[in-house]
Amino acid sequence: MTSPAETTDTPQAPDPLLRQPSQTGVNRGRRRTLPLKYILNKTFSALVLLLFVTIFNFFLFRIMPGDPAKTFAPRGRNDNPEALIAMRKRLGEGKPLYEKFFLYMQNLFKGNLETSYSQHQSVASAIGDRIWPTVLLSGTALVISVLVGLWLGTRSGWRHGSRFDRMASGSALTWYSVPEWWFGLILIIIFASKSGLGIFPIAGYSDPNSSLPHFLDVANHMVLPVIALSVVYIAQYSLIMRSSIIDERYAEYLATARAKGLRDDQVMKKHAVPNALLPSVTLFFLSLGFVVSGAITIETVFNWPGLGLLSEQALSGPDYPLLEGIFLVFSAAVIVMNLIADLIYPLIDPRVRAA
Amino acid sequence: MTSVSPLSPTVEEVGSVVWARRRRAVGDFWRLYRHDREGMLGLIVMGLIILVAIFAPVLADANGLSVIHATGKPIEPPSATYWLGTDFYGRPILTLIIWGSRISLIVGLAATVISMILGTFLGIFAGHFPGWKGGAFNKLTDWFLVIPFLPLAIALASIFGTKVPRLLAVIIVIGITSWPGTARLVRAQTLTVEARPYLERAKALGGGHWHQVTRHVLPNVMPLVLANTTLTVSVAILAETTLAFLGLGDPLHASWGTILHQAYAQDAISNGAWWWVVFPGLGVVLVVRAFNMVGRALERVLDPRLRERS
Repeated sequence: MTSPAETTDTPQAPDPLLRQPSQTGVNRGRRRTLPLKYILNKTFSALVLLLFVTIFNFFLFRIMPGDPAKTFAPRGRNDNPEALIAMRKRLGEGKPLYEKFFLYMQNLFKGNLETSYSQHQSVASAIGDRIWPTVLLSGTALVISVLVGLWLGTRSGWRHGSRFDRMASGSALTWYSVPEWWFGLILIIIFASKSGLGIFPIAGYSDPNSSLPHFLDVANHMVLPVIALSVVYIAQYSLIMRSSIIDERYAEYLATARAKGLRDDQVMKKHAVPNALLPSVTLFFLSLGFVVSGAITIETVFNWPGLGLLSEQALSGPDYPLLEGIFLVFSAAVIVMNLIADLIYPLIDPRVRAA
Repeated sequence: MTSVSPLSPTVEEVGSVVWARRRRAVGDFWRLYRHDREGMLGLIVMGLIILVAIFAPVLADANGLSVIHATGKPIEPPSATYWLGTDFYGRPILTLIIWGSRISLIVGLAATVISMILGTFLGIFAGHFPGWKGGAFNKLTDWFLVIPFLPLAIALASIFGTKVPRLLAVIIVIGITSWPGTARLVRAQTLTVEARPYLERAKALGGGHWHQVTRHVLPNVMPLVLANTTLTVSVAILAETTLAFLGLGDPLHASWGTILHQAYAQDAISNGAWWWVVFPGLGVVLVVRAFNMVGRALERVLDPRLRERS
């Protein structure tokens, strides 16, 4: 007969949600290079994922809607019969599925994404025109929120349960429930509208009649959308940083640092923060990928001429070629940034390298 | 005739033991939950909002939704008659919000059900079957986690929107874009259950996959799924509001997001009609926060690892 004590002693699979114990002791030599196999492995899976997204995209936009020539040129917008015939040929109408897909991939590699009828230009150039304003807006918001979020998270995690922590965490959770575009609308009502304070421009990228130098004018237009975007990111970063600081708070190496006689502040800055930063680094790279897509609603609200506003414009119609192109760009951005995160992470966290 | 030895318990006896154990578990759970102040507050707010949605016909006259029968003047500020003001057609905002809560909640709940079923099924499959079968499902989850949510939802909604009723399209879109997170969680939990001795015992006694999954894996995974469900409802309601704001909602069944879309489209801001924007948004924040609070409290109660936290 087995006693109950024996059965509980059976080793259990490591819970994937729990962090693995440190294995740095085993791997003392601090190699800063990655094995080639790891790099190839990660790159390969990113390429497979990219292929998956293109296949998904193909079925989503070219197969599901039925006659692609109709969805790509709906409601007589393309009434030139010759152009229609040429497009049907390009899309491989009447051919078997695999040939259609082959044609689609061929066109994709040439960068030929059909023409956007709402923008009256090729999809590729429409996206190219709009990508930089988005990177500028979301990039600024991301940098600000990383700085503020990490500071808030560190402070509230280090003294968790304090009044500062309760206020910061409570409001972070509330901000988490706020649609950022609605907050943007509120900001406009308070700071930009005529009935409000009217100190910031309501919308747009720049004002041709402005007396300010161009970059200051753009910065002035950026203030409100950046605040609206940052708030949600700040909540995210501070919550993650808070919980990883709490994880490190009672680690033994901190007791050592205190025993050495370091002041509390130094223990936090020199020992706890660098180790607690790791999850935030992952989040940072993941959100880099979302930088291009995160601003869809904010750009709509503030009429900011980026990819987000472009997607909102593509919706009225709907402009399928443009939607298809934007979807591909957004997904590709996330995949590439994920790959970079995968490649950088082991360099900064030896535990991943050893695993 | 079945011969049952007097020592081995009958099916009914086993059943009653199981039920007694479950009742006790629910009792224990409630005792812990009741002491979670955040969770109780969330539960009360959530209950109130659900009551408002159910009793919408009693609380506000449905005629107030009609553009033709609108009683107020266009964009009237809040007053004694119209507590939250009126919209462009003179409809009371309060009526719109009360009736809109139905749509927002229905879409949020229905989308969550789809997401939960997909996520639980795929997560258990990925965790229960070792080797390439489970691995393939795990990869699929990874892939869907990477695809940015809003662009995918927009692409799907623009395609589904032409084929099925708008509201159903939004439900389907949110349901099939929000399952990967659940699948992840369920898979992790399934893996820990799989390593337990009682599952080995079930296998050794010849229990098939169906028996293992329904009798052992599912009951152990469900509590976490429950906590996750509440959190997913809040995410789904936010997603519905955002999609509706972008004009993908159903104009005939106005949700809170649709009200905000109309306010934006009718230039409520330059007309100074702040009440048209502020109140529906506050409704969203309140309901999302309430579901969030309940979900977090459930997690705290169900997951002992989190209990000592904060």
